[in-house]
Amino acid sequence: MMYDWLYNLTGSEILAAVIQSLLPLFLFILPFALFAVLLERKVSAHMQDRLGPMRVGYHGILQTVADIIKLVQKEDIIARDNDKLFFNLSPLIVFMGSYAAFAVIPFSSVFLGSNIDLGLIFIVAVTGLVVAGILMGGWASNNKYSLLGAMRSAAQIISYEIPTMMIIIVVIMLTGTLNLYTMSEWQTSYFWNWLIFGGPGFGLAKFILIPFMMMSALILFISTLAEVNPTPFDIPEAESELVSGYHTEYSGMKFAMFFLAEYANMFAVSAILSALFFGGFQSPFGYLGNLFNVPALIPFEQFFWFTAKGIFFVFVQMWLRWTLPRFRVDQLMTFCWKYLIPFAFVILIIVGLITVLL
Amino acid sequence: MSLKTEEMILNMGPQHPSTHGVLRLELKLEGEIITDVIPHIGYLHRCFEKHAEAMTYPQIIPYTDRMDYLASMYNEFGYVLAVEKLMGIEVPERVEYIRVIMGELQRIASHLVALGTYGADIGAFTPFLFCFRDREHILHLFEITSGARLLYNYIWIGGVSHDLHPDFLRLTKEFVDYFRPKVKELNELLTFNQIFIDRTANVGVLPAETAINYGITGPNLRASGVKWDLRKDDPYSIYDRFDFEIPVGNGEKGTCGDCWDRYYVRVKEMEESLKIIEQAIEQIPEGDVTSAIPRRVKPPAGQVYSRVENPRGELGYFIISDGSVNPKRVKVRAPSFVNLEVLGELCKGHMVADVVAILGSIDIVLGEIDR
Amino acid sequence: MKTPEEIFEALKNKFGEAVINLATDQPVDPYIEVAPLEVDKVCKFLFEEEGFEFNSLLNLSGVDDANGEKVKDENDNDIIKGGTLSVFYHLESTIHRHKIVLKVSTDRENPEVSSVEDIWRTADWHEREAYDMFGIKFLNHHNLIRILMPYDWEAGYPLRKDYQNPEFYKGMKVPY
Repeated sequence: MMYDWLYNLTGSEILAAVIQSLLPLFLFILPFALFAVLLERKVSAHMQDRLGPMRVGYHGILQTVADIIKLVQKEDIIARDNDKLFFNLSPLIVFMGSYAAFAVIPFSSVFLGSNIDLGLIFIVAVTGLVVAGILMGGWASNNKYSLLGAMRSAAQIISYEIPTMMIIIVVIMLTGTLNLYTMSEWQTSYFWNWLIFGGPGFGLAKFILIPFMMMSALILFISTLAEVNPTPFDIPEAESELVSGYHTEYSGMKFAMFFLAEYANMFAVSAILSALFFGGFQSPFGYLGNLFNVPALIPFEQFFWFTAKGIFFVFVQMWLRWTLPRFRVDQLMTFCWKYLIPFAFVILIIVGLITVLL
Repeated sequence: MSLKTEEMILNMGPQHPSTHGVLRLELKLEGEIITDVIPHIGYLHRCFEKHAEAMTYPQIIPYTDRMDYLASMYNEFGYVLAVEKLMGIEVPERVEYIRVIMGELQRIASHLVALGTYGADIGAFTPFLFCFRDREHILHLFEITSGARLLYNYIWIGGVSHDLHPDFLRLTKEFVDYFRPKVKELNELLTFNQIFIDRTANVGVLPAETAINYGITGPNLRASGVKWDLRKDDPYSIYDRFDFEIPVGNGEKGTCGDCWDRYYVRVKEMEESLKIIEQAIEQIPEGDVTSAIPRRVKPPAGQVYSRVENPRGELGYFIISDGSVNPKRVKVRAPSFVNLEVLGELCKGHMVADVVAILGSIDIVLGEIDR
Repeated sequence: MKTPEEIFEALKNKFGEAVINLATDQPVDPYIEVAPLEVDKVCKFLFEEEGFEFNSLLNLSGVDDANGEKVKDENDNDIIKGGTLSVFYHLESTIHRHKIVLKVSTDRENPEVSSVEDIWRTADWHEREAYDMFGIKFLNHHNLIRILMPYDWEAGYPLRKDYQNPEFYKGMKVPY
């Protein structure tokens, strides 16, 4: 494990833990955000019959770098009537909330920020901070559009946390752990052992579970998606109605923080979904490392599979974003309270009965 | 203890992504529910009517382009028909056909913008670019004809400025064949999308009675179930020679006269325009297009009100001549100006997001409202 | 379907003096001239009476007839004194498919016309525009304020033939 290695290297437990928790951020998420912005532009462009960025580097691959340089150079505008403290604090909290989640996400069996036993609860808790950040930003901006956006956002995120939590409880009932690493290990080797296919083992329970697991995965995907606001759930920042919702008043790097948080969130959603239902870092077809008897290869393969799954779901999100129109705020609430929550609740009860009886 | 609540006034525009130009809406809100909408217009007022009084009749044509800049051809068309009616000019056959082809192409181009931006208002950005891609083909046709992509100055009093490009008819035919499947694609992507239907059906219902009393015309009136199209009901030019349907709203997905109907009537109208273009291409005769252009435009003293079915509704020109080379008064009855008036009525009781949906479905062009 | 002559006859019988004459001498559209303060009653009649039912107001247009006396003011600008301003109403019935044009002429110095806004809601903005551009006061209009020009425009009514551009608007130079 990486922690042991770092402990040997630094000789201090605290330092090792801190470095290990920060590693995913610097090794993966920041570069990923750069990549995701470009991916988004290219994916949307090709879906819309155009080319997207083509000028900066080969096929525009340096476009995001240019964007970052532009954003850093921009003036940081703080209007006179903004509530300065909260206005400045808000992007930090949003950024922190969405990046902290990565500390517990297992990228591979050796590369994981912090192997804590309450991993899932930790993710739900720290992403809850985002709501506070958004509300702060919306209120402190002293702008009616921002306020409306923040209110919508708070209502939306809090509502959609309920089905998310229900599905997480379903998963906990089946796996018996809150630790994402253990959960990934549990769904080991081939793809039929993934939780979406009922988990490992070939009992009767597995086959009964399959349809419920598929529904759970769908509900989890939709509700976590709604928490991070892409279209069709982007009503808090609905461009055509609220200009850009809670971050209307932000510019320069503060805006970039919201922006990067959004892309980090996109990957966080995908990562949680693949860790819970799609075997986490496990390969669907067994490992080359085992085949050629090179155990050192396995962590890299695992990293590859985790990233691939993550990027696939990120792609699905972009696909949805550029295809679907936006809900209205009341329809969004209806969808959550009248459809997702009852369904999640029924699944919760059925899966509970299955785990008790079979 | 009682909590104090007060109405929130939200100022939407003049700089706002979905007011389709420089329109300012003063929304009175109770939470997210609209209690009143007051449109403030005039930000794009360019004194067309005052300018027109200082111009000769042919000089006014480029100014008419700039009113409804998404349907410039049709503005010229309406204006020259009014002057021709006042002077009693008969135009050659070929000119009539060219004008009709141009007018219907312009109708498709204008509806494409309306539908595309409507999709963007609802949050679907991809149909917007698809529509603009198809509109580009029409703009290319206009460009080879008149040399301009947006403001043409092509239709002149008594004729058109010059004959069609040799490739024009072939390219137009190709466009018609290209465009038919694209309408289907738009329907699959946006029109029958369940979220889109949820957002637009039963929103902003405009009953036929109210529509007529408010003077609503064009697709907005037809969406309310009134079969009223000047091309059929008061035929001008040669529209009586073509075989086409007038699509009306029937409340297929919600109530008759809701936003979805207003949207779908435009989709169907594009298909009807394609029919007209096809027939016109087959029938167009050879001939001179400039022979009837008068050397000196000096209508007799009198007044005329002439109207055409512009993509947005009834575009009327009221011209008073005092017998000199300058008109004494040119008043434009702009369809968007009249259609916008009903916005307040439609929005009451809906949510902020619906204002955008309703405004987009009315399809206004601010250049025409403010003139 | 009614011809302008039939409509004129009917109006003349009903309103007498208020309906002045039917002008058919000039091209293209014939129009009926009506007294400015009676036009709302005439319109109400045309809107409601069976056989007419003009349910749509196509257009309402103010016109400066510029038929007054041209004089110089103290700054040596041409202004028009006296004469009339006119308002044209284009009515149509989508039921009977007939059209008619009404014209009212009112005194230029104190232009007052009855509002038809409560008959056709279209008239609301059209009348505001005519007020904005010509200064014609529509009596009983519920919200007669400027529409295209700024609400606090003080330099007069721009479509009058003797309108002078102001030099400054709120400290900003007007002709750039």
